Amino acid sequence: MPYNEPSPLEVKVLTRRFGLADSASLDTYLATGGYEALKKALGMTPGEIIEEVKLSNLRGRGGAGFPAGTKWGFVPRDSARPKYVVANGDEGEPGTCKDRLLMEYDPHQLIEGMAIAGLAVGAHAGYIYVRGEFRYIIRILERAVEEARGRGYLGGNILGSGFGFEVYVQSGAGSYECGEESALLESLEGRRGVPRIRPPFPAVSGAFQSPTVLNNIETYSAVPAIIREGGAAFAALGTPRNGGTRLFCLSGHLNKPGVYELPMGFNLLRMIHEVGGGIPGGKRLKAVIPGGSSCPVLKAEECDIAMDFDSLAKAKSMLGSGGVVVMDEDTCMVQAARRIMEFYAHESCGWCVPCREGTNWLRRLLRRFHAGEGSRSDIDLIGDVARNILGRTFCPLGDAAAMPTIAFVEKFRDEFEAHLEGRPCPFEGRRREVPAP
Amino acid sequence: MTFSPELEARFEKLLKSYPEGRESSALVPMLLYAQDEIGAVTPELVEEVARRLRLTPAAVESVVSYYSMLRKHPVGKYHIQICTNISCQLTGGEELFEHACRKLGIGNREVTPDGLFSIEEVECLGACSWAPAIEVNYDYHHKVTPEALDRLIDSLRKLH
Ligand SMILES: Cc1cc2nc3c(=O)[nH]c(=O)nc-3n(C[C@H](O)[C@H](O)[C@H](O)COP(=O)(O)O)c2cc1C
Ligand code: FES
Repeated sequence: MPYNEPSPLEVKVLTRRFGLADSASLDTYLATGGYEALKKALGMTPGEIIEEVKLSNLRGRGGAGFPAGTKWGFVPRDSARPKYVVANGDEGEPGTCKDRLLMEYDPHQLIEGMAIAGLAVGAHAGYIYVRGEFRYIIRILERAVEEARGRGYLGGNILGSGFGFEVYVQSGAGSYECGEESALLESLEGRRGVPRIRPPFPAVSGAFQSPTVLNNIETYSAVPAIIREGGAAFAALGTPRNGGTRLFCLSGHLNKPGVYELPMGFNLLRMIHEVGGGIPGGKRLKAVIPGGSSCPVLKAEECDIAMDFDSLAKAKSMLGSGGVVVMDEDTCMVQAARRIMEFYAHESCGWCVPCREGTNWLRRLLRRFHAGEGSRSDIDLIGDVARNILGRTFCPLGDAAAMPTIAFVEKFRDEFEAHLEGRPCPFEGRRREVPAP
Repeated sequence: MTFSPELEARFEKLLKSYPEGRESSALVPMLLYAQDEIGAVTPELVEEVARRLRLTPAAVESVVSYYSMLRKHPVGKYHIQICTNISCQLTGGEELFEHACRKLGIGNREVTPDGLFSIEEVECLGACSWAPAIEVNYDYHHKVTPEALDRLIDSLRKLH
């Protein structure tokens, strides 16, 4: 693992090939059980494959946690139009850096998962949409596709079964919004990444107006293990309704930040202290963003929590995309809220007025606030503007901007008050040195 | 306009990856790959791509203006993209950005007079666990300290 050392607490299912020599090559893949699941799936009916995925309790790893098997089941059996499988490798949610590793170290696992999805829904082509910055990953994926085709794991007649499936790699060109499923499909079709009005959902009309299964890279990457070992075995790794493991991206103020594969439901405090090595300089924990920047922040006292979709929802936050951002006692929450809003204001596609204008107002308010020029009424105004974005946009980017902002103001009102009346940011002098690599 | 044989081969492969009649799907990657070769999305490139994909230049322009990696003016030979989003901010990304600007004597989205370097403050690069992260052209660098950035810039400069 060139990026971070593994942790002994990890349960390696999707990442089990990470660190093997030439782990992205077909030979390594085949020597470690690769494409066994596809062979098995070729002997199953589509209904049986979907049942197995349902049984696994695999929930979408892109953010919303929708059950993957259920989503596959929405694709109409009979369709006059061809169907498609699309893998979302846009990986844009701040705090998230896991799909990159899955594509870099185990591209065949992803390809195999997509081919099995194709078999399950009756699709014969798949697209991997990769953010434009990941150019080296596009090369790795293209090589893997070539290799798989060359040896009959992709192509017109996979392993002599009569089933055909092709995979294509498509580059984005810089846009967070293109990670949103319908905007992604627009981009894939050569247009601006502006979201589509739903319904119809992609399962009915997605890529090229055809029925489409669209999942996150990690979601597809879990499929070979599910088919190989059985859905029940995968489910048993996690908690009820939250099957398996997931790649948690630990970042921020930690001694050992890194991407770690842990069972669903792993305790957040243990994740911080035992997996992530605790907080540098013996500082105290202040807050954690549990699943990428659009998830409402948790205060330190809320962090004794099982990291699964349902537990986080109960705590009025979200498990999101697995980006766990840890902040120590010296972190200014106004500054954090401001930086996150800079992002959403920059990335709003501009189609829905509440999102386009609201994120811009919030950016101005938070900038002003952090500069010490905020007034007491601004504190409520920030929450008010944010609440007026909620639920009023065609895609969830507006919510993604509003929800964390509301939480920052509600949970750290004292810090907003500490910035009032021209007072300098109370944390200004405590900005840290960059940690040694 | 003429492109390198490699780029032409890439276009050909791209155009074959969509259903019949859907070739305009290649627009976004085509623009990005062409920009990599010629340095910017010039008016000639817009015309050329529009012609090949049977789109209007206006339709192509509207796509160009949407994507942050597509740009109408060339950047430096080494385009230094520094993430200051949340995970990088927490580990010194903003200080790193300021340091780079001071070191090169330029601001955000500016190019040094010799055309060698440019700086851009960017959003999350997907490297949060190894923050602060930067990307120089398409090469990632992780856990970058100001000193490491100095060394990188100096070594790139020595190549010229
Ligand atoms: C603004 C926005 C950005 C998103 N970015 C991503 C992304 O980068 N990667 C991803 O997999 N899902 C992203 N999503 C979620 C997708 O819309 C979609 O739900 C997901 O890809 C479905 O896959 P899953 O069910 O396997 O999670 C984003 C959603 C929104 C609203
Ligand atoms: S926040 Fe900087 S790489 Fe993700």
